[in-house]
Amino acid sequence: MTASASAEALAPSRLRRGATRSGARIFVDAAFSVLLFVGTIVGVVALATLLWTIVDDGWARLMADPAAFLSNYVSRLPARAGIKAALIGSAYLMVLTTLFCFPVGVGAAIYLEEFAPRNRVTNFVETNISNLAGVPSVVYGLLGLGIFARFLRMGPSLLAGALTLAVMSLPVIIVAAREAIRAVPESIRLGAYALGATKWQTVRRQVLPAALPGTLTGTILALSRAIGETAPLLVIGLPIVIFSLPNDLRDPVSALPLLIFDWTSRPQPAFAEAAAAASIVLLALLLAMNAVAIYLRNRYTIRW
Amino acid sequence: MTQRTRRGWLLGLTLAIALVATACGGDDDAGGGSSGGTALSGNIVIDGSSTVAPISEAVTEEFNKEQAGVKVTVGTSGTGGGFTKFCNGETDISDASRAIKDEEKQACEAKGIKYQEFRIGLDGLAVVTSSKNTFLDTLTFKQLAEIFKEGGATTWNQVDPKFPKEKIAIFAPDTESGTYDFFNEKVLGDPDEGGLKPRSDYTASSDDNTLVQGIEGEANSWGYFGYAYYQNNKEGLKDIKVAEKGTTGISPTTETITTGDYPLSRPLFIYVKEESLKRPEVGQYVKFYLEQTPKLIADVGYVAAPQDDYTQGLSKLQPFLTS
Amino acid sequence: MSIAKRSSRTGERVVVGALFACAVLSIAVTVGIVAVLVVDAVAFFRESSLFDFLTGTVWAPGQGSGEGGLYGVLPLINGTLMIGVGAIVVGLPLGVLTAIYLSEYASARIRGLLKPTLEILAGIPTVIVGYFALQFVTPSLLRPIFGEDQVFVFNAAAGSIAVGLMILPIIASISEDAMRSVPASLREAAFGLGSTKRQVSLRVVVPAALSGIAASVILAFSRAVGETMAVTIAAGNSPKMTLNYFTSIQTLTASIAQTVSGEASAGTVRYNALFALGLTLFAITLVMNLISARIVRRFRQVYS
Repeated sequence: MTASASAEALAPSRLRRGATRSGARIFVDAAFSVLLFVGTIVGVVALATLLWTIVDDGWARLMADPAAFLSNYVSRLPARAGIKAALIGSAYLMVLTTLFCFPVGVGAAIYLEEFAPRNRVTNFVETNISNLAGVPSVVYGLLGLGIFARFLRMGPSLLAGALTLAVMSLPVIIVAAREAIRAVPESIRLGAYALGATKWQTVRRQVLPAALPGTLTGTILALSRAIGETAPLLVIGLPIVIFSLPNDLRDPVSALPLLIFDWTSRPQPAFAEAAAAASIVLLALLLAMNAVAIYLRNRYTIRW
Repeated sequence: MTQRTRRGWLLGLTLAIALVATACGGDDDAGGGSSGGTALSGNIVIDGSSTVAPISEAVTEEFNKEQAGVKVTVGTSGTGGGFTKFCNGETDISDASRAIKDEEKQACEAKGIKYQEFRIGLDGLAVVTSSKNTFLDTLTFKQLAEIFKEGGATTWNQVDPKFPKEKIAIFAPDTESGTYDFFNEKVLGDPDEGGLKPRSDYTASSDDNTLVQGIEGEANSWGYFGYAYYQNNKEGLKDIKVAEKGTTGISPTTETITTGDYPLSRPLFIYVKEESLKRPEVGQYVKFYLEQTPKLIADVGYVAAPQDDYTQGLSKLQPFLTS
Repeated sequence: MSIAKRSSRTGERVVVGALFACAVLSIAVTVGIVAVLVVDAVAFFRESSLFDFLTGTVWAPGQGSGEGGLYGVLPLINGTLMIGVGAIVVGLPLGVLTAIYLSEYASARIRGLLKPTLEILAGIPTVIVGYFALQFVTPSLLRPIFGEDQVFVFNAAAGSIAVGLMILPIIASISEDAMRSVPASLREAAFGLGSTKRQVSLRVVVPAALSGIAASVILAFSRAVGETMAVTIAAGNSPKMTLNYFTSIQTLTASIAQTVSGEASAGTVRYNALFALGLTLFAITLVMNLISARIVRRFRQVYS
């Protein structure tokens, strides 16, 4: 029940409609309810319009020859253009990014929740992490450009892209993992200590397994944010026109949102259709990832 | 470990494996082509003019069909930006819509970068407005200068009293662009010899596609870019005939550009680092470029250079080829 | 306070050390960001005066002779603020109305439908929202209503609407949390005195949740300021000092995106200008995030 409804239920019934039954007040109440509904609906309608625009513009293009669209490289001819390099590139980036940021993020979360003493250093680290969560993605791109691509001489490569996305996703994963760890009741830990387990043993055998579903859910959500990000990859300089797949960490790689950006910027209407078709693929990918995350959350979260 | 958590681990592991498998499984054509010769591999970095970039992209597209192991990236930093990187040793090939300037030559010498110049096509710089425009047909060089010079016209009637009093929406390449340099040199004159300075209050972009979109959308727009961008977007654009002397304007077409009748025709170049030519993949790529461009270039929207240019280029290239 | 046995096993010490390293890595990230931005920004300010940067009203890199150029940041700040304010104008009323509806009026079932919808809206990649703004909002919404001559093909209004839609979920969800935390007793008292639901919502709940709403607005504004792709695609690339929402402008973020798509040859003034812009952006968002966090901390204290 809403907070308001429960309070309302407690008020005596004859007062619920207001002490005075003035027509003006009833009208204003009704108008306000309508306003609320409209205000809420606008957001929903906007989302629906957005999805409809994308699907309407891109469906025909995608369905005309889905196999070709997915397995062709880009081309100067919009009819021949495909998303192969971009899609595989995004997949590679995602796997590599996870490899980098999952262990580090979960490690940091475990430390902060289970081992860190409550002192100034810990506070500083925690404030730092929540500040990092609010840094715009384009600034992470500059970090990637300045340090990974230039200073460490990785160039616009798979490695540089993945590291940049990993660094960007780190704060989000730390927060999600911390929440999952925090949700494990103290009684579990106390029980383990009572049986003589050390802190790490408790964490490794009791807390972590229990926190794993929540952590995984949060990680998948963080990653689905990451693959939709264009700005950091654009700033590092990942290519859009590329006709081969990466064989090596140092090879250049493309990404789906970059491709959508490029095609959207082209004036030919046929490329706008292609951009919409690519957007459908990206959205489908995100939908799948989120569905997995929600499934994990519902199926495996232990409700204490 | 409870059964539930064991299942959780299994699920997570399966997901991870599935992801990696999909990603790796897609990598089916890595490892070289087949056309008789050896399978080449390596990276080639190309950057420079956004006018020439579509040609380089088309060549790369066809090249990769035979040699999938060679990874080519084509950037569009502009002719000037491209030369900066080229003379800094960052790129293998520089696309250029004008010849290399003296300062740039000196910069390359200073860093010990030796290069070869190849003419690979012809372009007619198209001066355009939106297809929604009703009054523009021909503009003289004088009028073009009036529009693009510093302190120039702000409304169309200042260019020609017969035009309406509407604000001119100017879309043109930015200062790194060879197209920008070429237009200014031709229309405004050499700054060292009493030429006019170009204005800075217009919508500048290194991305010709942005210019096309902008011009299409405004009825009173004016702008210029390489011929291919006009060719590929004819529905939304209207080309303005250009008159260098007198009042009869000439439209850019394959004929007028080839003969040079169109006043804003110009050659297109690629500059290749000699050091890079030592790598077999680069040599083969440039050879492919010179052989295939005459066939591809009309497709891209530009005009082929005289066949001599390509033949001479190939003979210039020959001594550098290693295979 | 933990009663766990402090382990003397070296294995465990190593593990805890590794976890500590993970946590501290986040500090390294912040240091990296600041270092990259400051070092190259300083290189920029060595060539181009800081005073001109902060007070100049023209941003025209490469304009003028040779390496010279006009690097006044004010037009970009102008554009960024226009988008930020515009996005708040779109997102704040809609977000707050949605929050009131969710918190005070909606049934559990509607909440169950609305909240995921908001999450979906928040999760749409920004390139796709940019595409929507360019391909739908400008031609089918703004131009028909305000006239084709008035509305430029790239304009700040479309950018504001796009970003407003993106920040709506932030405002709605944080404000809703704030409203739900308002104790039932406050509502009950108001109902007891004969107030209608509208009066309780507007005169009791919203004022009580005001600091939470304010925090959400600042956070949303910070997010709007950092947004890159939607504005690059839809709002244009013309830095100018203007208040006309129907013309094209350029934001700090779009300028960074444009510069990297063009030329980014290391060591040049134009390249270093990127980092000066990044530093400005980082400073603005950091300050706003800190203010927002402070407000949240204060409002949590009031009720707990």
